[in-house]
Amino acid sequence: MSQEKLLEVTNLKQHFKTGRHSVVKAVDGITFDIYQGETFGLVGESGCGKSTTGRSIIRLYNATDGDVKFKGEDVHGKKSKAELKKFNQKMQMIFQDPYASLNPRMTVLDIIAEGLDVHGLTSNNAERKARVEDLLERVGLNKEHANRYPHEFSGGQRQRIGIARALAVDPEFIIADEPISALDVSIQAQVVNLLKDLQREHGYTYLFIAHDLSMVKYISDRIGVMYFGKMVELADSDELYKNPVHPYTKSLLSAIPLPDPDYERNRVRTSYDPAQHDSSEEPEFREIRPKHWVLCTTKEFEAYKLELND
Amino acid sequence: MDNILEVKDLHVSFDTYGGEVKAVRGVSFDLKKGETLAIVGESGSGKSVTTRAIARLIPSPPGRIKEGEILLDGKDLAKLKEKQMQQIRGKEISTIFQDPMTSLNPTMKIGAQIMEGLIKHQKMSRSKAKERTIELLDLVGLPNAKDRVDQYPHQFSGGQRQRVVIAIALACNPKVLIADEPTTALDVTIQAQILELMKDIQKKTDSSIIFITHDLGVVANVADRVAVMYAGKIVEIGTVDEIFYNPKHPYTWGLLGSMPTLDNDEESLVAIPGSPPDMLNPPKGDAFAPRNEYALEIDNEMEPPMFKVSDTHYAATWLLHENAPKMEPPAAVKRRMKGFAASSDKKGDKR
Repeated sequence: MSQEKLLEVTNLKQHFKTGRHSVVKAVDGITFDIYQGETFGLVGESGCGKSTTGRSIIRLYNATDGDVKFKGEDVHGKKSKAELKKFNQKMQMIFQDPYASLNPRMTVLDIIAEGLDVHGLTSNNAERKARVEDLLERVGLNKEHANRYPHEFSGGQRQRIGIARALAVDPEFIIADEPISALDVSIQAQVVNLLKDLQREHGYTYLFIAHDLSMVKYISDRIGVMYFGKMVELADSDELYKNPVHPYTKSLLSAIPLPDPDYERNRVRTSYDPAQHDSSEEPEFREIRPKHWVLCTTKEFEAYKLELND
Repeated sequence: MDNILEVKDLHVSFDTYGGEVKAVRGVSFDLKKGETLAIVGESGSGKSVTTRAIARLIPSPPGRIKEGEILLDGKDLAKLKEKQMQQIRGKEISTIFQDPMTSLNPTMKIGAQIMEGLIKHQKMSRSKAKERTIELLDLVGLPNAKDRVDQYPHQFSGGQRQRVVIAIALACNPKVLIADEPTTALDVTIQAQILELMKDIQKKTDSSIIFITHDLGVVANVADRVAVMYAGKIVEIGTVDEIFYNPKHPYTWGLLGSMPTLDNDEESLVAIPGSPPDMLNPPKGDAFAPRNEYALEIDNEMEPPMFKVSDTHYAATWLLHENAPKMEPPAAVKRRMKGFAASSDKKGDKR
């Protein structure tokens, strides 16, 4: 993993108007970087804004405020069609629901080749077909599958098709929005191993959005924890699991059921109450240890430091 | 303990244009009073079909119970007429479905949905039923129950809706509660709350629960006993400790190995290769053999019977035959088994 920044997100805000006077602040000023070749995990419960963050980065939404820079270039803002196309090729997305994200009336060949067609990456039909067949094999499917329709596949296979579609245009950065939560455990492991292998071979950078914390820990180099549109803690994945600082992270970690009956019998769940925070000042994102950031006030910062024994 | 439910050699098939899909192929187990039996397995392994057959919720046609008995307190549900079954469903057996977003009627107030069962089965008056409904909503931990009975499902969050669904299921104090992936659609924190709630209610009402899930963490949390299903059969059944600490079937090894633990470091997950068999033409011999790196030659010829490991622990794999070569589970699984006891002590202190 290099230290070169591939993606810089600065104070990103995504607000939605829900009525004349009400606004939902789905993402409310988050800042983080993603380095070339790493996997950045984004966790939090539903409604915390993690998917919205992913969708804003890839410009499925127009950000309300803030910057998203991909390789130093701003993703948002006014762009010509040609410029957008360039971004779209470098950034791809894998969606959560393999049942809803594939057009049921298109063959697998056409689904995967759609990106190739849009970007004009193949010059004739034979080449197009060869590319798709190559992609299918890369994700562990057969080339005979190309002429079938999505309904003929199981969930795990469909997710592989979704991955092949994302890989078709040769992207550098892939946003995987809960790519495995609709799949069975044994199939989850297959897909996660596939994503890891592809990363090793081709050096992809992932933003991995999920709520299954044990899987996120397994796949990610660094993890950001979101709560109600804010990022509350960000650290290397080992550090985050060993020394969680923010009370919300702690409660989230204590809620994961582990496949171990003995541990489960003795598990103590801590619950999180947002009112427990020091309200004397606006919390800020501070670095409590090298590369370990947490959202806190000055007072809390001192208390957390003490807790970490630094 | 008494058996409240006994399932004997249950076969369920679906008639399709392609032929007969044998979804459940000889499942037997019993459920004791007050216990939780977890059924785990991949999608398509027949776990949902088994429990739906128990509640007689298999649409017929195309589905049918081909063979077998489902004895609830000695009464064979498999032979009952739909009219008779309606007296049992919701009263003696009730089901909590996976998706709280779709299992409630969006056009009915939630109070009315809970009262339905009370009025039908317990012949309560409307006012009495409403009182009981408010009690139930309190029991499942919905605040302001009095005001909320007159709200519609869309006014509730996912976790709250699942609480409403649980309240409906509990309304008539069923003997058997079937929970079909009740927490899969929920967040971990909400999941933890719902699981605690279900355990709590079970303690109070002494009902028996069949809990379907594919999350082994949840199984470790709720189950007393575990049945592992594959291709329409139970391949291993035992107490929760036996299944997690002394698994015998290679499929169980694979399932345990494909779950990352929080303390495991950079190693590949043990994915089970391939995908489940086509139940239109189940393979000859052991259905798991094509995906099983420990498969013996006999697995392609003959289906393994259930071998006894202990009084409560059975597994269907030829590896347990006395003439079978000694096979060790994959290193990752073995390390987990050993590491579990040690690490759980440590973590218990830390948290």
